Amino acid sequence: MSIALAFLAQTLRIAVPYLFAAAGGVLAERSGIISLTLEGFMLGGAFSAMLGSYYSGNPWVGVLAGIAGGLVLGLVHAVATIRYKADQVVSGIAINLLAVGLTRYFLKLVFDSSSNSPRVAGFSAGTSTTALVAGLLHNPLIPLGLVALPVVAWLMYRTPFGLRVRAVGEHPEAAATVGVSVARVRYIAVALSGALAALGGAYLSLDQHQFTDGMSAGRGFIALAAIIFGRWDPMRAALACLFFAAAETLQIQLQAMQAIPSQFVQMIPYVLTIVALVGVVGRAVPPAALGRE
Amino acid sequence: MSAASSPSALRGRVAEALLPPLVALLVSIVAGDLLILAVGQSPGAVYRLMLEGTWGNAYGFGQVLYKTTTLVCTGLAVAVGLRAGLFNIGAEGQLAAGGLGAALVGLALPAGTTALLAVPLCTVAALAGGGIVGYVPGVLRARWGAHEVITTIMLNFVVLAFLSWLLSGRLRVPETLHTNAIRAGALPRLSAWWAPFHGSASNASLIIVLAAAASTSWYLFHTSRGYELRAVGLQPDAAESGGVSVGKTWIRALTISGALAGLGGINFVLGYEHYYEEGFATGAGFLGIAVALVGRSNPFGVVLAALFFATLSQGGLAINALVPKQMVDALQGVVILAMAASVPEVRRLLTLRRGAK
Repeated sequence: MSIALAFLAQTLRIAVPYLFAAAGGVLAERSGIISLTLEGFMLGGAFSAMLGSYYSGNPWVGVLAGIAGGLVLGLVHAVATIRYKADQVVSGIAINLLAVGLTRYFLKLVFDSSSNSPRVAGFSAGTSTTALVAGLLHNPLIPLGLVALPVVAWLMYRTPFGLRVRAVGEHPEAAATVGVSVARVRYIAVALSGALAALGGAYLSLDQHQFTDGMSAGRGFIALAAIIFGRWDPMRAALACLFFAAAETLQIQLQAMQAIPSQFVQMIPYVLTIVALVGVVGRAVPPAALGRE
Repeated sequence: MSAASSPSALRGRVAEALLPPLVALLVSIVAGDLLILAVGQSPGAVYRLMLEGTWGNAYGFGQVLYKTTTLVCTGLAVAVGLRAGLFNIGAEGQLAAGGLGAALVGLALPAGTTALLAVPLCTVAALAGGGIVGYVPGVLRARWGAHEVITTIMLNFVVLAFLSWLLSGRLRVPETLHTNAIRAGALPRLSAWWAPFHGSASNASLIIVLAAAASTSWYLFHTSRGYELRAVGLQPDAAESGGVSVGKTWIRALTISGALAGLGGINFVLGYEHYYEEGFATGAGFLGIAVALVGRSNPFGVVLAALFFATLSQGGLAINALVPKQMVDALQGVVILAMAASVPEVRRLLTLRRGAK
């Protein structure tokens, strides 16, 4: 029982950054803007959250700063792709490189380190073995992360804004004809995606009480994989995030036994995404206007 | 296309090709100034130091040439993909696979094998290693319509994890992340021919890579296969009805693209360390995208752009005393972003002006 609970608790902890980033990614992608940016948003969010917590001593200020960092990067991506019609893939890669570069530069500038920040105030999940799952609640970002995709699902399918997001992602011309400002909806969706993915990053740095160089470590791409594997549906993407996190947990637990080489477990999200795109079991079809102007 | 021969249309096309890189350069200089001013240094002094540390002395220039060599390969890889209308984001995995391919063949050859035999064999292995990794997304796209942007990104992770697993078995020297050193003949450092390069990693693979750039240019612009490739990139439907198999062209383009990225592996493996090391390809794939964009997917432009980004990268080390070298990492992002935004903007403004005439 306690093994199962420990497994569940660890899975949830690993899943949180994926869930936040996938929540952001689903919004942006469904509005028609490609989300290769999640990795950069996360890294920027992790850094600005650490910075906010460092200067204020309050992790909640860190959370707000993380959101702000994500919003800024999201808006840069939005201006480049929407206002200047930059290629969304190229802009996404630029945002990722920009996040790597700027976080490294300011890490060096502010803390004179090329590897990590000093220890800052953060949120620690409880590690008590008797109340493993309850202990998770000690980090408020964990329950927030768990509801992120359900909230996006509600937003997407139950609100006028969500309807507009789906409309501009599928038929921008038709949406424009009925008076929806395609650009405005996309600006909001991309900015929100920056903020949400940045929360995933904030979770990383506040959970570890410090920022380390490159700490997003490919998680943004795993979130993107979860979106595609979940066929751009928020709830299915959430399940994919949990599934990928469970696979990782399993690998960590099995590491001592050397049962499967860790490299093969690391491949799981990526291989499954390719399988989903190839369509062995039902094809993953992206939003019709994804990547188009 | 008929209007393209008139002088004003030609001027327009030249402007459309050259203006975006200039805009990107200007924007990145301004961004660089801000980052430099943020630490209270003078931009002029920093840029001077950057030039002195790169083009101003033989060792620095040798290092620039070394970095240029790899970037030409990943840049050509991305450029060939773009010409076919495909976005190869998998150059990093392809480069790593090419490096391992070269190292495996090199290790299999008996010690003392003449370089005249070893270098061609290892080079072919590098091309094959990268080519195989490029072939896969080509087939996924042609057969199942799986978009290459996603599959090449995902394959990067898969390939790097797979190579890491291969290395973690018997291949690596215990307690390290690299293989044994190749004892067959390899490529000489450029310092063997010109002493002032002494200490820099630049080596004769530069010559092979420049030949590859020239061949790529020949292939793209002077062969019927290259014409088909570009036709598919411009108008796949028209190409298809003109009798070109779009699917086969995609597969061919991504295989060539992967092979070109893989070729870059010889720079590190045959020219520099003489072994394969995990992580040697890190960053070169994404930078290849920058190189191809700034080089406007033209092999000659790619060489120039590779030289630019290599200078920036090496220049970071030169200015570290005044400004954190990490500044250049940020500038790379700025250049790509500015490039991405200015290409459609320049086209729009040029069209506006043409309309106004």
